[in-house]
Amino acid sequence: MALSPIDLIVDPLSYEFMRRALMVSALVGGVCGLLSCYMTLKGWALMGDAVSHAVMPGVVVAYALGLPFSLGAFVFGVGSVALIGFVKQKSRIKEDTVIGLVFTGFFALGLVLVSKIKSNIDLMHILFGSPLGISQSDVTQTLIISFIVVMVLIVFRRDLMLYCFDATHARSIGINTGMLHYLLLTLLSLSAVVGLQTVGIILVVAMLITPGATAYLLTDRFDRMTLLAVLSSAISSILGVYISYWSDIETGGSIVLVQTFIFLLAFLFAPRYGIIKNTQFSK
Amino acid sequence: MNPLIENQKKDFMRIEAEDVCVDYNGTVALYDATLNLKSGSICGLVGMNGAGKSTFFKALMGFVRPSRGKIRINGLTVSKAQSEQAVAYVPQNEGIDCSFPVSVWDVVMMGRYGSMNLLRIPRESDRRAVWHALERVDLIDFRTRPVSDLSGGQRKRAFLARAIAQRSSVLLLDEPFSGVDVPTEKLMAELFLQFRQEGRTILISTHDLNHVRNFCDLVVLINKTVLAYGKTSEIFTSENLSMTFGGIPPNPLSGPTSSEEFME
Repeated sequence: MALSPIDLIVDPLSYEFMRRALMVSALVGGVCGLLSCYMTLKGWALMGDAVSHAVMPGVVVAYALGLPFSLGAFVFGVGSVALIGFVKQKSRIKEDTVIGLVFTGFFALGLVLVSKIKSNIDLMHILFGSPLGISQSDVTQTLIISFIVVMVLIVFRRDLMLYCFDATHARSIGINTGMLHYLLLTLLSLSAVVGLQTVGIILVVAMLITPGATAYLLTDRFDRMTLLAVLSSAISSILGVYISYWSDIETGGSIVLVQTFIFLLAFLFAPRYGIIKNTQFSK
Repeated sequence: MNPLIENQKKDFMRIEAEDVCVDYNGTVALYDATLNLKSGSICGLVGMNGAGKSTFFKALMGFVRPSRGKIRINGLTVSKAQSEQAVAYVPQNEGIDCSFPVSVWDVVMMGRYGSMNLLRIPRESDRRAVWHALERVDLIDFRTRPVSDLSGGQRKRAFLARAIAQRSSVLLLDEPFSGVDVPTEKLMAELFLQFRQEGRTILISTHDLNHVRNFCDLVVLINKTVLAYGKTSEIFTSENLSMTFGGIPPNPLSGPTSSEEFME
């Protein structure tokens, strides 16, 4: 049975679960892609990794208690950030060590809780995501959280850009940079929450940095960078879901691999910052 | 057209710092620092690393609250002056990630953010202020270029333009002469004279003594406190300089008594 390219695209759309998966993955990709610009420019990749792993126990507890899992994840995401700040301030340990220490601790707690709490939690779903099996209530949560994150990012777009670029100036003209710091961390927690549904806890950090890194290689304009990051991220998600459907591979891995592939293309062929262009220059 | 800055009166007291002490969790960074600067002065702030130059800047920008003493800028409290955009900080080139994807225009527009609404949507007056500032630093042809394309001197001019666009009456410059080419240095010399004419007050933090001699009317020597203050020609004595750079600083941890003794 040979399928035409149109069939390749249209065929899966006849299934409700595929329509849902594509919609949610594209949305989540877009939201995480938008935030990833700030994460890469601020140099918060490790922080993104930390927060996304630290939400694990929150997800488990929320499932066990029958609460929306995003609530639990959010509490632990913000909690981990607060704890990192506290330990760093109160001890002589360097920040990257504190981050590594706190997030692995939280992640381990999550694993232990999963094995101890008897419920129908599927560990694999939390760790690796399951966009093809997403429930209607999870879709609703994702929509609400995505809306909040995007609205906040639009309103504080300029302030957050200035905060990432030159926090001293921001503060000297009366912008509350402490508030922006925690706002960005809160948005990070929220995005990790939505991102883990499609690619899972382990890979969600890719959603939060790869699109931004790709876009950063392609442009010198902040607005274009955000646009490119959102586009590349959403396209990666859609392609990833399709590839996963047709070749029967794990969806989260498929999405992140497409993102990584697009990054590689930018790394090689970016008009200004690609290595091929720069190699020609040095000859 | 809007005035370049608020309150252009001559002989107006721009910066008044009186017995300012700053400590970070018990470690004294600055004590009993007293300094008064009128409008239209160019003053060098000279001292070693860790002598309290950046702490003094932070106090003027309201980042640290003095544990004692008081600061007035244009006769206002620091936070009031901040909300009136009175103080502009021009960073060291090294302090900024210049691979950041912003254009020269965007950088100068950041000087207007404090006067804009929450969404920071520029009005016509903001665009005019940015254009005017870019003209003054001779970067108008570079306005659409990303900052990553600029040389060190051009970047410095972009940040000066940001301070001009902000219409601040006090400029704090952090090591402005490092990594700057000759044309930029000449342009800065002209700009500083214009700033003085306009009644702005410039405080230049540096350890480059030659540039202080050439650029500054006044100089403050600091080492945890104000060691000497006055006209550059009078203050730059070998005795004062050795006190600033080579001399053994008084021990501030032993409390205000010893620092008073030292000042006598």
